[in-house]
Amino acid sequence: MNTGLPATQPNQNGADIALIGAFLAVGLLMAIFIAARAVDPLMEVHALMFAAAFAAGGFALGSVIYGGRGASSDVYEFDVVKAGVIASVFWGIAGFLVGVIIAAQLAFPNIFYFDNLGWTNFGRLRPLHTSAVIFAFGGNVLIATSFYVVQRTSRGRLWGGLAPWFVFWGYNLFIVIAATGYLMGVTQSKEYAEPEWYADLWLTIVWVVYLLVFLGTLLKRKEPHIYVANWFYLAFIVTIAMLHIVNNLSMPVSLTGVKSYSLFAGVQDALTQWWYGHNAVGFFLTAGFLAIMYYFIPKRAERPVYSYRLSIIHFWALIFIYIWAGPHHLHYTALPEWAQTLGMTFSIMLWMPSWGGMINGLMTLSGAWDKLRTDPVIRMMVVSVAFYGMSTFEGPLMSIRAVNSLSHYTDWTIGHVHSGALGWVGYISFGALYCLVPWLWKRKELYSKQLVEWHFWISTIGILLYITSMWVSGIMQGLMWRAYNDFGFLEFSFVETVEAMHPYYIIRMLGGLMFLAGAFIMAYNLWRTAKGDIRAKEYVPSQAAAVPAE
Amino acid sequence: MYEMLSQVAQTWGLVLFVIAFLLVLVYALNPRNQKKFDAARRIPLEDEDIHNG
Amino acid sequence: MLDRHEFLEKRGLVLTVAILITVAIGGIVEIAPLFYLESTIEKVKGVRPYTPLELAGRNIYVREGCYVCHSQMVRPLRDEVERYGHYSLAAESMYDHPFQWGSKRSGPDLARVGGKYSDSWQRQHLIDPRSVVPESIMPPYKFLDEKPLDYSLVENWLKANRAVGVPYTDEMVENAGADLAAQVDPFSENYDAFMARYPGALVRDFDGDPRRITEMDAIIAYLQVLGTMVDFSTYEPEENYR
Repeated sequence: MNTGLPATQPNQNGADIALIGAFLAVGLLMAIFIAARAVDPLMEVHALMFAAAFAAGGFALGSVIYGGRGASSDVYEFDVVKAGVIASVFWGIAGFLVGVIIAAQLAFPNIFYFDNLGWTNFGRLRPLHTSAVIFAFGGNVLIATSFYVVQRTSRGRLWGGLAPWFVFWGYNLFIVIAATGYLMGVTQSKEYAEPEWYADLWLTIVWVVYLLVFLGTLLKRKEPHIYVANWFYLAFIVTIAMLHIVNNLSMPVSLTGVKSYSLFAGVQDALTQWWYGHNAVGFFLTAGFLAIMYYFIPKRAERPVYSYRLSIIHFWALIFIYIWAGPHHLHYTALPEWAQTLGMTFSIMLWMPSWGGMINGLMTLSGAWDKLRTDPVIRMMVVSVAFYGMSTFEGPLMSIRAVNSLSHYTDWTIGHVHSGALGWVGYISFGALYCLVPWLWKRKELYSKQLVEWHFWISTIGILLYITSMWVSGIMQGLMWRAYNDFGFLEFSFVETVEAMHPYYIIRMLGGLMFLAGAFIMAYNLWRTAKGDIRAKEYVPSQAAAVPAE
Repeated sequence: MYEMLSQVAQTWGLVLFVIAFLLVLVYALNPRNQKKFDAARRIPLEDEDIHNG
Repeated sequence: MLDRHEFLEKRGLVLTVAILITVAIGGIVEIAPLFYLESTIEKVKGVRPYTPLELAGRNIYVREGCYVCHSQMVRPLRDEVERYGHYSLAAESMYDHPFQWGSKRSGPDLARVGGKYSDSWQRQHLIDPRSVVPESIMPPYKFLDEKPLDYSLVENWLKANRAVGVPYTDEMVENAGADLAAQVDPFSENYDAFMARYPGALVRDFDGDPRRITEMDAIIAYLQVLGTMVDFSTYEPEENYR
């Protein structure tokens, strides 16, 4: 990667440098002060990490001031997108790897746990896995693609001079703080919102700048219409800001310590958390990646989106309905029943806009279905949309109280999440990365299409192994929990159900391993592509198809 | 306070949301907007660029 | 032309505001009522704030991510009530900042685990789960047994909890450190004062090592109190049917 701080417009007045510089200086002083006064060693470590990051940022800024901003001939700021692409691949592999490790721990607890390595226990690694894949991999993909798409569809450069770089490095600093925190035991135990109060504050700052950069670019656009992908990105950014702030409200034990206590307790805290948790799925993992679908599938297929009208209806229906669906995570709990019913109703309604979006994505290919055969990147994205359709059908089903009473607390949920995460989010991201690398590094095509084929098939088999094994183990466990024998007693003890899941945990681990292997293939392929290599002796199916079948 | 809020939500709030959604539908389905949408949906495809398909 | 351009430029902001309004309403209508609806939390006797030692154990429970595999929420379903005990009441987690209901049962529910196993079973199980449950897939927590409990911030823990609504008195905050030590020592001078502040609390040496207070003491004290606070012989569910 280059030094990190690239050329900006030569006519910049330098306000961005002054602002960021002042911010870094204040941040550095605060971090050193907190490190010196820390009431626990964990805060000391994290404060020093912040200090090091601010100092490094200062040096990078200095190199821009003294080296001057190179006169960039490019209309667009693409270097920050490149950095985002590299970070996405890195975090993707890291996150998938941790996933395989924790899957192995559940399958072989005797081998993968160590008495004297408490920080490698499942309880600490599982948040590391979820945050790494959702926020580190997914987040970097969203930042990179949103910065790319908003520039291309606005026909203008990213707003804010160096601010996009602040967003990129700031966000990745948040990831590092969160990840090291989990390993050291810093967590507020709210799923998908585990980072403690100071990391949350930092992310809030970064996120506000992200919103400003995105909005600033939109406001300066040279295109009369705001393309629909940008609507989805905007909804993602705005809603995540709101969710993040409300769900993370907490009272720190000390301003120089890591620990805090959530502002809410018990039932109110539970609903706030799942309002957040479900909408993190809805607006981070759905709206954000739908934006990718609405730009990259039309672009790659060279056909406009199937129906623009449908996309407008899709957008408003989705954001209106999604926000209400959270309580379906709390069926049969101490949450009042009216809230449960409300959540279930909206979850079922959600099925409609979801499939509207799926149809819109799939039908974009109409008249160009042959590309499914000839272009594995298109195929990956189309299969991704199919997985989106499948998990958005399964989701409303599982939100029905009767179904949920069986599925909740079991691996069925894990399987459902992964059909969305690996199939939908993973594949649409891989598709976008396969598109972006040749575009950004100005290469004619990918290093190897055949390697994309390998990636596609290995990871597809991996996903299928994963979700089918989790269906079986989840439904089986749910049924075993409620099984009665002839005398009217519970038939199985809890640990018997754990024992029964062992073979499925092995299959799940293998599925994850295959998905990880696919990601490694992708990383190699993208790296060779960026270098400018073309694989010799490549079998290219598109050559056969290039002959018109007249 | 709660009584009032829930009353409002179940009557006017509901009506308001239905109207808001109908407005979206009218906007999206209005034939007069067709031209605009046609232009908009071609935005990703019409930037002269370094892309090569 | 100029006007039109200006209007369109503003539309990005209009869109942002429209999105924010749309997504804010769901949260307000759904979540806000829980805070002032009387029916949200039942009225039951017995739920008290955690003792300093239990709170320390709870911090460890959170730190180790126990919630990723263990729920603390017994649903009102026949098999769950028979397996785990009375279904969970909202009141039982009213002092839980944050809640620990969980979302996955890779291991059993712990909402009513208090009193089900002896302290020495809990200790042995935490040190080496498979030595007592051979099929278990739980990680070992031997280090809890070896690590002295750091409770230098215990007063601040109580203060922070009080700031978010847990009714700790000034007396409880001032004596937090002494109370924590008193709970592992049945013969301490503080015994009566401690019991007066936290009626019904268990006082004993939880980890079987009277020489020091370890993280194991704290986590077992927390596990042993789970689900035991409400006296269900006096609880009348028909008043609270949902």
